[in-house]
Amino acid sequence: MSTFVAALLNSLDIGMLLFVIASGLTIVFGVLGVLNFAHGALYMLGAYFALTAVRWIELPFWAALVIVPFAVAILAAAVERLALRRIYARHPTQALLLTFAFLLILNDAVRMIWGPGYQIIDPPRALTGTFVLAGAVYPLYSLFVIASGAAVGLAVWLLFSRTLIGKRIRAAALDRDMALAVGIDVPRLYTLVFAFGAWLAAFGGALAAPMRALGPAMGDRIIIESFIIVVIGGLGSFPGALLGALILGALHGFGGRWFPQFDIVWPYVGMALVLLLRPHGLLGRSA
Amino acid sequence: MTGRGAARRVTLLALLAVLAAWPWLAPYFAIFLMTEILILGLFAASFNLLFGYTGLLSFGHAAYFGTGAYVAALLLRDMAPPFLAVLAAAAVGAAVVALVIGWFSVRLTEVYFAMLTLAFGMMVYALVHQWRGLTGGSDGVAGFPLTAPLPGVAVNIADPVNYYYLTLILVAVSAYVLHRITVSPFGLILRSLRENSERASFAGVPVRRYRLAAFVVSGLFSGLAGALFAPFNRIAVPEMAHWTQSAEPVLMTILGGSQYFFGPFLGAGVFLLLRQWITSYTQEWMFFLGVILAFLVVFLPRGLLGLFDRWLGGRS
Amino acid sequence: MRPPPLLDVRDLRRNFGSFAAVDGVTLSVQPGEVTALIGANGAGKTTFYNLISGRLRPTGGSIFYRGRDITGTPPHSITRMGIARSFQITNIFDQLRVIENVQVALVIRQGKGTRWWRRAARDEDLRLQAGELLERLGLSGLAMARAGTLSHGDKRLVELAIVLATDPQLVLLDEPTAGMTPEETHAVVDLIARLAETGPQTFFLTEHDMDVVFGLARRVFVMHRGRLLAEGSPDEIRANPEVRNAYLGEEVY
Repeated sequence: MSTFVAALLNSLDIGMLLFVIASGLTIVFGVLGVLNFAHGALYMLGAYFALTAVRWIELPFWAALVIVPFAVAILAAAVERLALRRIYARHPTQALLLTFAFLLILNDAVRMIWGPGYQIIDPPRALTGTFVLAGAVYPLYSLFVIASGAAVGLAVWLLFSRTLIGKRIRAAALDRDMALAVGIDVPRLYTLVFAFGAWLAAFGGALAAPMRALGPAMGDRIIIESFIIVVIGGLGSFPGALLGALILGALHGFGGRWFPQFDIVWPYVGMALVLLLRPHGLLGRSA
Repeated sequence: MTGRGAARRVTLLALLAVLAAWPWLAPYFAIFLMTEILILGLFAASFNLLFGYTGLLSFGHAAYFGTGAYVAALLLRDMAPPFLAVLAAAAVGAAVVALVIGWFSVRLTEVYFAMLTLAFGMMVYALVHQWRGLTGGSDGVAGFPLTAPLPGVAVNIADPVNYYYLTLILVAVSAYVLHRITVSPFGLILRSLRENSERASFAGVPVRRYRLAAFVVSGLFSGLAGALFAPFNRIAVPEMAHWTQSAEPVLMTILGGSQYFFGPFLGAGVFLLLRQWITSYTQEWMFFLGVILAFLVVFLPRGLLGLFDRWLGGRS
Repeated sequence: MRPPPLLDVRDLRRNFGSFAAVDGVTLSVQPGEVTALIGANGAGKTTFYNLISGRLRPTGGSIFYRGRDITGTPPHSITRMGIARSFQITNIFDQLRVIENVQVALVIRQGKGTRWWRRAARDEDLRLQAGELLERLGLSGLAMARAGTLSHGDKRLVELAIVLATDPQLVLLDEPTAGMTPEETHAVVDLIARLAETGPQTFFLTEHDMDVVFGLARRVFVMHRGRLLAEGSPDEIRANPEVRNAYLGEEVY
């Protein structure tokens, strides 16, 4: 029983973290049609900005968690205006290549600024403890990750379903020309959505910083797992990102506990299965 | 039209002459550099059969390159058959892996395809990395002998000059075969898929089957490149199957120009020279590569050969 | 009595969510008879074509081609069985030469798709047949041009050439004269009339231009809101009060 609960909690904290990150990827794709290869690098940037904020500026972790995502979002908005915007009209693989260039730049920029070694951030004092559930000892911070993921997910869902800006974004995602015709400022909306995707990635990064070692390649695995999540859930589908993230979390949490030697292969097996049965993902729109 | 074709032929012959004389013309270290350019040029050209000709962006080509490298290294370590047999087996092994991965991947297109190939490529990397009993994990496979090319042909390919010539011959032959494919009826169908796969299917083309065929051919030559690369480095390591290795042919092809058959080869040359030059100043050469790639995608989507073409066109 | 129909569509349906784009259409096309499908925008003509050519799967009903059930067959197989189509928005291979556009279809038809060593440009069969076809459509002078650089009217002709190169028995043309100048329209109508008279192909077209329809077709079907409203000779359709009400009204008078 206690191992089961531990595996479940483990699945949930990995799953909710991945959900926050992958939802940014899927929203940007759904609206802009751009698959952001640098999304994992933005996650990494979130973690390193948090490191700087906590260690060198000596901000409390809570403040970093609030400020860092906005800093990364502003950076992303600038990049969207300067470069990405020029190639929306082209073949979608061009945007993939451009964001891949961003990935190369960011990976090495992090190496230059923060050095190639691993770094660690301590969780805030209020969350350093552990708690016991059904006989399993568990770090309190994991619970915080699960709760934050759920809160962000709920907020994003409300934003898209209940607010005017959310409606405009959905309109632009459905039909860009129609949205332009009814007077929506689509270019500005695109900048906003790209920045928001970056915000989610960076929030994930800052949130993950106290429980994962920071290294210059930390975004690489995340971007691949995010890709797998959106393939499983359906590209562009927000509920799909949640479902995919939970599935991937469970594969890690449970698969990793009982078949650790296959840990790295499980996600691919899951993805291959989904593709065989539903090529556009579990909750994706099929053509 | 014919004037241009003749000019191209003369350029190609001159290039081949320079390559044939390279060990006498260039300093010793440049033999290694050119061997690597040729091998990675072949890798990029086989990637471009899929990207430039069939319109599919694969981000997982290291899977076939790495398979070729490992099959070659393991065969040499455990059985030491003639070297050309090793290369053939490695290429076929890579083609089989490409058949399996391609069978899943060609169901989707564009960014979906790119992601799928990336993910499957990382699966191959993970397998190579984790299957320590066979592959030696992150230590890789090393310490294998380099055998004679064919039984009775006593050429010592451990000599860098001989290995260079072996590579030159195989890459030239492969490039010729790839080129024939691109101008063949089969190649015409591939180009039609790049242009407009819907129209192609309404012209009677079974789209997936042709995409898969291109995928397997591309995997075959990528495997051959990998099988040349591991003995050249005297080691096969998991990094040869890593996605950063997959990124190299993508970058080289964009750099040289995906619309041109020799674009990937030119791109490989420029890429490796740039790396040589920039890494003599800094470790973070990928940063500069990223800047160059971003610039190319936004301002020069047709690559260096496209630029050259425009310059030629502007003058005449 | 009439010969067996070339195309026989029975109770064909296609829903998009709760909207029935094609709502139980039954019709047949006789070999050698130029047939037209007319109807207002959104009447379901293009959806109907997409169902026959395999681009969409029907929600219900069946499609028989020369007595064979082809419902749910993929586009490339349908094309190879002898049904070829053009699209409302020109659909060609922009970066390929005009002659290569045609050769794509010829390679498949001649079963040469697996030839990977011979140069396509040196294949006499491919060259001659493509050349002949281009000549018939008056495109010979443009054979070596990149298809994307052509005028709108010429691009539509290139698409027609691709369609004919598949050696079809049944040709579906979705608004073949859309966006053409009056001169180009005239030339295309002449061309189709000539092909219909001489060739083995049967033409089945949709059109907005009633002059085109009544000049070419011997049999006309009228679609209205996903259903078949009427069928008959051009004269019968012109005289049909229901059709006038639903559709022809403004355009005839």
